[in-house]
Amino acid sequence: MSLEERAQSAGPTPERPHARVNVGQMLLVGAIASALGIALGLLIDWFPVAASEEAGPIDTLWDVLLIASIPVFVLVTTVVLFAVLKFRMRPGEENLDGPPIHGNTRLEVIWTAIPAILLVGLCTYSFVVLEDVEALERDRIEVRVVGEQFAWTYYYDRDGEEVASRQLVLPIDRQVRFTLQSKDVIHDFWVPAFRIKKDAVPGIDVTYSVTPNRLGTFPVVCAELCGLGHAVMRSQARVVEQQEFESWLAEVGQPAQDEEGGDEGGGGGGEADPKALFASEGCGGCHTLADAGTTGTTGPDLDDVLQGKDEAFIRQAIVEPDAEIAEGYQGGIMPPNYEETIPGPQLDALVQYLSEVTQGG
Amino acid sequence: MTARLRAPGFPRAFLFLIIGTLFSAAIIIAARELYGYPVFADGGIDPKAQNAILMLSLLIAPLWWLIGFGAFDYWFYWAAGKPTRPEDHSNHGARTWRDYFKFNTDHKVIGIQYVVTSFFFMLVGGLLAMMVRAELMAPGSQFVNANAFNGLFSVHASLMIFLFVIPVFAGLANYVLPLMIGAPDMAFPRLNALSFWMLPIAGIMMTASFFAPGGSFSTGWTAYAPLSTDAPIGQMFFTIGVQFAGAASIATALNFLVTIITMRAPGMSFWRLPLLVWANFATSLLVVIATPFIAASQFFVLLDYALGFNFFRPERDGDILMYQHVFWFYSHPAVYIMMLPGFGIISEIIAVKARKPIFGYRMMAFSLLAIVLLGFTVWAHHMFVSGMQDWIRIPMMVTTAIIAVPTGIKIFSWLATLWRGVLHTDTPMLWALGFLTMFTLGGISGVVLAMVPMDIYVSDTYFIVAHIHYVLYGGSLFTIYAGVYYWFPKMTGRMFDERLGKLHFWLTFVAFNATFAPMHLVGVQGMPRRVSDYAEEFAGWNLFISLSSFVLGLSTLIFVYNIVASWRGGPRASANPWRALTMEWQVSSPPPIFNFDRVPTVVGGPYEYGVPDAVHGIFKPAEEARPKQVAGATAAEKEEGV
Repeated sequence: MSLEERAQSAGPTPERPHARVNVGQMLLVGAIASALGIALGLLIDWFPVAASEEAGPIDTLWDVLLIASIPVFVLVTTVVLFAVLKFRMRPGEENLDGPPIHGNTRLEVIWTAIPAILLVGLCTYSFVVLEDVEALERDRIEVRVVGEQFAWTYYYDRDGEEVASRQLVLPIDRQVRFTLQSKDVIHDFWVPAFRIKKDAVPGIDVTYSVTPNRLGTFPVVCAELCGLGHAVMRSQARVVEQQEFESWLAEVGQPAQDEEGGDEGGGGGGEADPKALFASEGCGGCHTLADAGTTGTTGPDLDDVLQGKDEAFIRQAIVEPDAEIAEGYQGGIMPPNYEETIPGPQLDALVQYLSEVTQGG
Repeated sequence: MTARLRAPGFPRAFLFLIIGTLFSAAIIIAARELYGYPVFADGGIDPKAQNAILMLSLLIAPLWWLIGFGAFDYWFYWAAGKPTRPEDHSNHGARTWRDYFKFNTDHKVIGIQYVVTSFFFMLVGGLLAMMVRAELMAPGSQFVNANAFNGLFSVHASLMIFLFVIPVFAGLANYVLPLMIGAPDMAFPRLNALSFWMLPIAGIMMTASFFAPGGSFSTGWTAYAPLSTDAPIGQMFFTIGVQFAGAASIATALNFLVTIITMRAPGMSFWRLPLLVWANFATSLLVVIATPFIAASQFFVLLDYALGFNFFRPERDGDILMYQHVFWFYSHPAVYIMMLPGFGIISEIIAVKARKPIFGYRMMAFSLLAIVLLGFTVWAHHMFVSGMQDWIRIPMMVTTAIIAVPTGIKIFSWLATLWRGVLHTDTPMLWALGFLTMFTLGGISGVVLAMVPMDIYVSDTYFIVAHIHYVLYGGSLFTIYAGVYYWFPKMTGRMFDERLGKLHFWLTFVAFNATFAPMHLVGVQGMPRRVSDYAEEFAGWNLFISLSSFVLGLSTLIFVYNIVASWRGGPRASANPWRALTMEWQVSSPPPIFNFDRVPTVVGGPYEYGVPDAVHGIFKPAEEARPKQVAGATAAEKEEGV
């Protein structure tokens, strides 16, 4: 006699009039809840502003995933809630057991097959999206992105020579391929508005491409823990018209008139305002400076440590940051290559500016 | 005094610890002198030599401590050919609370040692999480600097993973598994005790890293090279601590495997094993195969760090991505190591509390094995943005998605088990039902993460933080709570306070969702994880998350109070308060020192609720119980009635 038969032979399970579920009703509740959940999911403004062609397919993929997954969650939750409501133990049922159902092959096949099909479908769709967003175009610009603790440097190709800049400026509607490299530890180059990120790994070149399609300024974020200043390893990407990009590229890293400086230099060509330079170089990410309104705490408070110091000291503190370390701070955190990336006159202006705004205390 | 220092125990252990440290110092000083490196400077020891001594002590002194504590006494006697002292069981079982502080070989004592120790480190880790959230209440710097912050979340994650979730499951299984299969103890009781005592070593090491010069390890629990190979000495407290936690884990897993294979009671065929036993069988396979890989990854870091090897130095032909591959080859299966035992607990509780047999028992067991197998083929989904070769992403995406199928089978089978049952919605069941819904959410965000283009966008953001907390808190921790409440009467002989248990559940459930659900949103909006400072636009949600997390922290204290107060003065528990069929409930609460006065015989499946007069195990000799037992009879369905 099988277990099932034994259960049968003991007579039917006692009637539990309250413990009946109208499956149709449950499915209706589930369908309504799913619809509401999906509507809510699609209404929420999940993403930051989209500024690349790749953002479109990825944001759509997100919506598809929401639509596919919310009903699964609602299904599980609805069954749990209905089970608790309908089948919970009532007074007098303390010693009652449920019917000894051991399984149902057809059900088990169904709930193996349907998720498998759904998942293979999602994988296929994702594969198509991936192929789409990673397709390379012929007419593209190349930017070498070099990470270090805790800043990015961007190298552009200008008529065969490589020029460096601390600022990321990109032309609109033209594919750019980033080649990521790192000088020290792993970083991760991410512009959320472009939707794509990858690690910058010492020793290897990692590439990805995006096609910016919106003018404006967008945050650049380091997404891989890289040490003390990881949180402040942020800067900005500027997407401009092709013409503006070309004129910017023509000026960037131009040997400064009165300096013997090499072919590397950088910063926005036209920007002479040292306060703007302070911001664009990301100094405020680590340093507090009242005049620039920054409150970074990774590095020393400039209002404090530069007070009463002469310009030579300030210049050395920028170009040779580890020469003298403020008390309570560690060396090796501030990038040591500002002399390369800030053109001479701008550096002079920055030193003068810092001297002026901190002298008064 | 000399007698106390000669006998195994804490005094001798600490004496040996001192000797071990001096031993390490002697080796370093001798080696440095030999190679002509500076040893003494400024009337003290050169800082580099200090670090070297510290590092070697971390590695070696704990072994001295274990020898002093008596972990190896019996084996040493045996190996040296001395007459082994006949086993008098003086270190077996607990008669007073002091017996919990000995090298005790009773699996029930070890189980409780494990559970209490891991909950201690869970509270430490939780405190660190509260500090993380306090710092993140507002943008900018609140009360810790960037280095301390990186240390807080690193130690939080390491303690929760290596000192809480993994060992607490080992502890619960240690207690109930031998009882469930009708065994008097684990297969290797001394190895079992050794496994446990390596655990506090790892925990103290990781916690103590805050006092290391340069601060605690601050490279996350993933300790990616080359950040970790170039960090202050605190990093070594993780690198070496993990070795002890890992060794403990491997030894326990071997013990479980041998116990399950060789020590089942007569009649306990594999198809009559409770699913908790199946789950630990599957988990132990994972641990034995995978854990050596994290040991290797950390030894690579140690060698790079201490001896100037070049595993991860690209300028010397090192390969940085290799670290991640070796690390995730363990750490992805580790996710299942932290989940499968919970699946087992949930199966036990749902069957008992719904008063129905587990729906699709065999598929439940097979799906565990499928997860074990698939679990080894998905590790690179943690590396979709790492810069590894592109083509591997597609197969890894498919296997990652497919692993949701066996997981789905389990979820749906539990739902079907609930269906038409008589649901006792008391505290253990509430946690089990909470687990069902929350783990489903975590699983769904896991499928989202499997999709390569989506993962490229959300990896390393707060979406990941949300996902892992839905899986490990809403998943693993909910099952741990369920299991602790469920077996509390068996382990302590006392009943817990049901009202406080329910309050604990509801408060945790609400605060948990308020804490972690919004993280999905801030993650997709672009907030990276592991940052002490963030852009202004995330300030509102982060304040809300922090406040919710404090409520979540407080809700844990209800649990602690309930457990402590009930253990001290709760009402006495009967042998089988849940009317369960599995064997641990057929003996007194707490069970006798050797578990069973007579060897039990298993005569039926473990979950035959609703079958009149069904029994799982009886306390009669095998031949009396089943005269016509067909050797190798398998399916519960095919069994004949008694």
